[in-house]
Amino acid sequence: MTESSQPTPVVRVSGVDKQFTVGHGITTALDGIDLEIGRGEFVSLIGPSGCGKSTLLRLIGDLTAPTAGSVEVNGKPAHAARLGREYGMVFQAPVLFEWRSVSDNVKLPLELLGMDRSERDAHAREMLALVELSDFASHHPYQLSGGMQQRVAIARALAIQPSILLMDEPFGALDEMTRERMNTEVLRIWQQTGTTIVFVTHSIPEAVFLSTRVAVMSARPGRITHVVDVALPQPRNEATREDPRYFRHVTEVREALRSDGALGAEPALVSEERMAAEGGIG
Amino acid sequence: MPRSPERGWLRPIVTFAVFAAFLFVIWEGLKFVGGDPWRTETWIWEPPLEIWLASDLLLPHVWDIVGALAAPVQRGSDESLAQFLAGAAFYTWREAAIGFLLGATIGIGLAALFVHSKLMERALVPYVIASQTIPIIALAPMIVFAFGPNVLSVVIIATYLTFFPVTIAMISGLRSPDPRALELMRSYAASRWSVFWKVRMPASLPYLFTALKISATASIVGAIVGEGPGGIPNGLGRAIINFNSQYISGPEKLWATIVACAILGIAFFTLIRIAELAALRGRGLRTEAA
Repeated sequence: MTESSQPTPVVRVSGVDKQFTVGHGITTALDGIDLEIGRGEFVSLIGPSGCGKSTLLRLIGDLTAPTAGSVEVNGKPAHAARLGREYGMVFQAPVLFEWRSVSDNVKLPLELLGMDRSERDAHAREMLALVELSDFASHHPYQLSGGMQQRVAIARALAIQPSILLMDEPFGALDEMTRERMNTEVLRIWQQTGTTIVFVTHSIPEAVFLSTRVAVMSARPGRITHVVDVALPQPRNEATREDPRYFRHVTEVREALRSDGALGAEPALVSEERMAAEGGIG
Repeated sequence: MPRSPERGWLRPIVTFAVFAAFLFVIWEGLKFVGGDPWRTETWIWEPPLEIWLASDLLLPHVWDIVGALAAPVQRGSDESLAQFLAGAAFYTWREAAIGFLLGATIGIGLAALFVHSKLMERALVPYVIASQTIPIIALAPMIVFAFGPNVLSVVIIATYLTFFPVTIAMISGLRSPDPRALELMRSYAASRWSVFWKVRMPASLPYLFTALKISATASIVGAIVGEGPGGIPNGLGRAIINFNSQYISGPEKLWATIVACAILGIAFFTLIRIAELAALRGRGLRTEAA
């Protein structure tokens, strides 16, 4: 933390446009995005399919470059932040390596950092304890349930102690029960580590339950239309889900989504996730 | 899911034995029905039909082949045919194995090159494919002419037959990782080198082993075929040529040699299969039994 009166935000997105070439046409995925995220915040990006929320996350993570505008992370261009290994990524699928044990999966980013063996072992143990999977260290991914696999992915993402954790619909593939458990889990981890988290989701209750702020997006072109401050007390737990203020915020986000017809018909064009997948892998 | 290891090992062997017995019955049954007369010291059996394929010349009795294996390889020799063939098979296997290792290395290297360079892939893959349309019979004499009648030529021929399946399979294998796995590596600013060794290479192993099993048998064929023009006297290739010329007087010897080739092929294949099981253990893949 700097001593200056205005601390550098972890993320500063200014005037970002992102266009994709689809066939002969150009699709504007994001248009005039401005967003600042402070240290220790938990910000969710929510919006309908095609609103560019995954693209925005990928821009923050320097997995794709903006057409216009700038993305800064910790006061540096996102590219420098990525080369400085300041990111942890969690996708919708766990993307674990099946040839590695659970603990070796967690150690992968530590190997890339060139950390020595004993330090890697200690870190991996600590991370597995954090996600409560210590007993499964020597298991292989196929022996774990979907929720457990995603917890391994979170442990892996946090292993290098990133200054920012980017999560792209991490619990979208899980059943409702597991999802709620994982939400509580991720909040506990967030509180324990103090990591800044940017979280993409389709789910309004999930966004409200987890976040300090919810950025509501609209599609075509993708814009941030509202930013909802979620003034629910911390630490949050199962009781939070029954708090009247929680329902008020859920309603607020829902209305923000509805206000510009964002929850209308599904777009017929190529989904933004697909374009991102096709355009962004070098 | 968990099978007892004993049963896991026993089952393929039992299946093989049952099928071998079945084959034996068909073989000898055919000869019993339509082959040459069966003679022992006490009785003669005249088969009722005449099937040209079942004659002693074309289809010797199984026990005659087994007998030939136990008999000396040449009159007055101390060495039995079985011993001779075992030695020849081991000799051929060594040539094949060197070619196999070289071919696999070249295959992996080419695939790694192609996966990282579209230009190289477009430029070279057609030649890789074209190389395999040239019959080895046409190429072998040229290789021998270029490198001399020695083991090196045989190894080159075995290499030539090995590298192709490995190249093709590894191009797919090295491209098989989930795009998100590559993104994950990108988010960690991993080098191409790290991505290759930590993601692409391990992900490609199932593909690699499928190719290696094809190449294991192909390398043996290459070595056997190469031994003829290569003028190598110690291997199975020369044994086939020799026993071929003696076929009229002793068809069992050529048959025994064919059996030796088959056993060598199965043994090499099995070796690769065992390596595969060891290498892919823990992945939770359903690997096929072999």
